[in-house]
Amino acid sequence: MVNGLTLGCVYAVVALGYTMVYGIVQLINFAHGEVVMIGCMVAFSVIVALAPTGLPPFVIVGAGIAAAVPACMAVGFAVERIAYRPLRNAPRLAPLITAIGVSIVLQHLALLVWSRNIIAFPQIIELKLFHFGSSETSAAISNIQLAIIATSIAMMAGLLLLVYRTRLGIAMRATSQNPQVAGLMGIDVNRVISATFVIGASLGAVAGAMVGTYYGIAHYQMGFLLGLKAFSAAVLGGIGNLAGAVLGGILMGLIEALGAGYVGDFTNVCLLDRFLPGFSAVCEASPESSLFGSNYKDVYAFIVLILVLVFRPSGLLGERVGDRA
Amino acid sequence: MGTLSRYREDPRLKWAGLALIAIALLALPFVLAMAGTAWVRITNLAILFVLLSLGLNIVVGFAGLLDLGYIAFYAVGAYVYALLASPHFGLHLPWWAILPIGAAVACLFGVLLGTPTLKLRGDYLAIVTLGFGEIIRIFLNNLSEPFNLTNGPKGIATIDPIRFMGLDFSSATRIGEFALSGTIKYYYFLLAVLVVVIVVNLRLQDSRIGRAWEAIREDEMAARSMGINTTRMKLLAFAMGASFGGIAGGMFSAIQGFISPESFILNESVMVLAMVVLGGMGNIWGVVLGAVLLSFVPEILRYTVEPVQRMLFGRSLIDPEVIRMLLFGLAMVVMMLFRPAGILPSAVRKRELSTGREGDGDDA
Repeated sequence: MVNGLTLGCVYAVVALGYTMVYGIVQLINFAHGEVVMIGCMVAFSVIVALAPTGLPPFVIVGAGIAAAVPACMAVGFAVERIAYRPLRNAPRLAPLITAIGVSIVLQHLALLVWSRNIIAFPQIIELKLFHFGSSETSAAISNIQLAIIATSIAMMAGLLLLVYRTRLGIAMRATSQNPQVAGLMGIDVNRVISATFVIGASLGAVAGAMVGTYYGIAHYQMGFLLGLKAFSAAVLGGIGNLAGAVLGGILMGLIEALGAGYVGDFTNVCLLDRFLPGFSAVCEASPESSLFGSNYKDVYAFIVLILVLVFRPSGLLGERVGDRA
Repeated sequence: MGTLSRYREDPRLKWAGLALIAIALLALPFVLAMAGTAWVRITNLAILFVLLSLGLNIVVGFAGLLDLGYIAFYAVGAYVYALLASPHFGLHLPWWAILPIGAAVACLFGVLLGTPTLKLRGDYLAIVTLGFGEIIRIFLNNLSEPFNLTNGPKGIATIDPIRFMGLDFSSATRIGEFALSGTIKYYYFLLAVLVVVIVVNLRLQDSRIGRAWEAIREDEMAARSMGINTTRMKLLAFAMGASFGGIAGGMFSAIQGFISPESFILNESVMVLAMVVLGGMGNIWGVVLGAVLLSFVPEILRYTVEPVQRMLFGRSLIDPEVIRMLLFGLAMVVMMLFRPAGILPSAVRKRELSTGREGDGDDA
């Protein structure tokens, strides 16, 4: 549950990046997952470089994030300039294909810089567990998880403030409603779109750094799955809707964490043996094995995505049509 | 191909040109074999990729549906062949029985994926197909427990080669003084399949179905009001593309003799898509050209870049595989920016992709 919540917060922050871009230019930013990956990698490099200095761990991680944010902002800005802006009025297929191209290029550039191996983050933050009950076996939350949840909430709040309380936010909302009219009202639409990409990328950078410290590993292809799940989360919540992205992200994290645990238990071969014949031999051989164990945890996100798209394409909070599901 | 179109006016010249090309293609493996058998093998893989690209072209090029999980159908075809013709289950069906089965199963998967998703808009479809490709791969990777269906990440080995009229395609045949290696036999086999597939594609493009797809691609709403059953047509495109993928997969299985989930990662889907995009979506000859180019250029790079690197730096700095993927990515971006209709654009596609843009008619 706590794992799911932590994961959900990360997904939510990444999903915000998708949703913002989608809300404003109606495009799926396929390269967003790669931006998150780059953020994670940059943070990793800085943390490794600073780890021997003996600074307090939170300062080091903070420095990692601080380095990742501008790097990702630059990447986000470049992606928008190169891959999206020239094609803004082209048919939908064209920017989609350039986005895939950009993400392939980013992945392999990262491969060149950070090698193709799985990179282990140094464990600089000492893991502390806070138990909810009095016993050692009760549910616990670690300091890293707390920090991730707190950071995510702070970032979401900051984003909401930005979108609903600043001039730039007003400009963004105006552009998302109607770019032509917004342009006529004296809004520099290009700048607003650029800003959206950059803000989305900086959210991605922080998310990347958080994922890295949470799992302790990074890989040049990590952005793909993460991006896909976050996108599913954004769709689940209703793409283009900020609150929806947050809700969808947290739900997605919970689905994944709980699904991996419970679906595995429910499809345990010995349990199935009671209802369906034919499993007894397998059950005797390995009573622990299940039909859909945690190996399949990555599948749940897609199944949720497909179900949402089929039954409620506008998402849970999308367009404000009807009630919440 | 440019010269070919000029000859199209005169049927006799056209046939002469086709005959010349045919002779060149028939002689090609012997020329390549002089440079090394590896090149014949590379050519075989290139033909497989041409087949795949043609299949994807039906979905992306003809019907305008972006499918990012196309390799899943290839995987399905490959695994069907592997399961029905290997010691894994002790089944050894002949290839002419398995290839249609593989195509049918892949087609079924295509319908399975298409039914819930085809109502969706283009970019949603793209991401769902992408997820679908991953699901298939994850299942292939994990279906060794509790029943050993796919042998998990270890893959399936010693798959039967194709046997045809007493000829075993896995080893060399001697005809008097003259030895015909297995790779060359596969080349001819693939070439024959390719010709059939191209003819089918060409006929398909001009058929009622092909025109319906074109109409859907251009304007779905208008197509529907013209009485086209858009959902059924889109489903048909998915199913047909999938079956072509399944056939290519089956042949991949037979040629390689070994398959594992690792052959069917997302990068492969992207690669096939890059081939279709580079060559020109919707144009059959363009797609063939794109697939051939993107199959051979990386291999040529492999043989040139690496020695150059060794010469300059004393060791290999950049893995050729990385260069290959960078190239694919860049090709997709650059093509979309400067020549969105591909090297050999299809007439309609060109018009569609250059709306509101000028000056992209000249050669990139």
